[in-house]
Amino acid sequence: MGMKFALNVVLGLALFVIIGVKLLGLHYLFGVIIPYTAVTLFFLGFIYKVFMWARSAVPFRIPTTTGQQRSFPWIKPSKIDSPYTKWGVVGRMALEVLVFRSLFRNTKMLKREGKITYHWEKWLWLAALAFHYAFIIIFIRHLRFFADPVPGFVQFLEKADSFFEMALPGLLITDVIVVAAATYLLIRRIIIPQVKYVSLPADYFALFLILALVLTGITMRYLWRVDVVKIKELTMGLATFHPVVPKGLSVIFYLHLFFVSTLFAYFPFSKLMHMPGVFLSPTRNLPNNNRMVRHVNPWDYPVKVHTYEDYEEEFREKMVEAGIPVEKPLDKPVEQQEE
Amino acid sequence: MKIYDAKPILVGLAIFLGITTFPFWYNGGKASPPPEPKLDTPVISKMEKKECVASKDYMRKSHMALLNEWRTEAVRKANRYYVTAGGKLYPVSLQRGCLKCHSNKADFCDQCHNYIGLKPYCWDCHLSPQEKKTTTQVAEGE
Repeated sequence: MGMKFALNVVLGLALFVIIGVKLLGLHYLFGVIIPYTAVTLFFLGFIYKVFMWARSAVPFRIPTTTGQQRSFPWIKPSKIDSPYTKWGVVGRMALEVLVFRSLFRNTKMLKREGKITYHWEKWLWLAALAFHYAFIIIFIRHLRFFADPVPGFVQFLEKADSFFEMALPGLLITDVIVVAAATYLLIRRIIIPQVKYVSLPADYFALFLILALVLTGITMRYLWRVDVVKIKELTMGLATFHPVVPKGLSVIFYLHLFFVSTLFAYFPFSKLMHMPGVFLSPTRNLPNNNRMVRHVNPWDYPVKVHTYEDYEEEFREKMVEAGIPVEKPLDKPVEQQEE
Repeated sequence: MKIYDAKPILVGLAIFLGITTFPFWYNGGKASPPPEPKLDTPVISKMEKKECVASKDYMRKSHMALLNEWRTEAVRKANRYYVTAGGKLYPVSLQRGCLKCHSNKADFCDQCHNYIGLKPYCWDCHLSPQEKKTTTQVAEGE
């Protein structure tokens, strides 16, 4: 149900572009106004979301630990899995962000001979890692349309990406990887019953949108080729705030541009915000030092307290009269006062 | 509005914005005009009807695919001639075909390739026209 809905939305977006560009000829809208709006929404939404997160207090250390806490000197602590120093946290975060360590720990639970057993399951980790790295390389490669002259690192990436020198224009290996990985992630979501059960339209939509984006890009390069020089004229116009819309750009390019605009605009309001979110995860980015450092709740207001000293001061005479022991005796004994 | 851990969050956000706004600050708001490949070579100016092996639109978009096809045809199948849609016969050869007319690599090929930051590997093996002159002289025993 959710899958059909998400697919229909993506197809609807495509239809919207085809009608807008082909029938109505709204080139300026799809070439300039929508991309600018999308990028503005992306930046404003992104900053807004991060600030909203920053407003939430994290008074106590709540890391999810997976190793031995630092304790007695003769017990070996787990420096990264239960980090207790800043550098331990940095190491933990670096592993999480760069190699998706928590996904690597994924196991598959099965019931075998009446017993629950845990099995090796690295495919999700592998596909996720391949997908993200391929995506970022493709993203950086696209800077060749937004930079003049094209910087060396972009040219280097492109050269490395077309390492196999197959066909012309050269086959880019990240194109293959990103499609394969995204397809795996989609199929996994559909065929594993438990994963399908927890999947919402938003989960499918992100995958369909990215697949549509990637496939239109691949089509433009290998099948239904476009005039790359004209495209760079448009993108450079966008990057330098002197937008121009060259004539003769094909609809497949507008589809690609619209999908990426949708991705940008959708990004801050979706699960894709795991990009900044991973850095702000309290279960990952906090040291497990609850037993070493006293953490005071930052929203504690000054509570009016009545200490025992004050209490005894107030009731000392009565306490002594009633025979209750006091810490500080009366200046004169009670009997003497009475006489 | 109270912001917790403002320092690391603001630093992280600043780094992110610095990187992602790259296209806006790298170009400094200026873009070089789109390239215009020149067609004023001696051979082309002598032609009565100025035409290539395929339409201009096709050549702008897909010349690399055609070159790749030509290479396969010539090297693997020994088909060394290409008949255009207009019925003209062209030698399937970069140097005797394409570069005979487009002898101005710097003003023709390189114009667009440099603009989009592309370094085609044609020239890993083939010689550009300027270099060609001396080598053909050597080959022809001059």
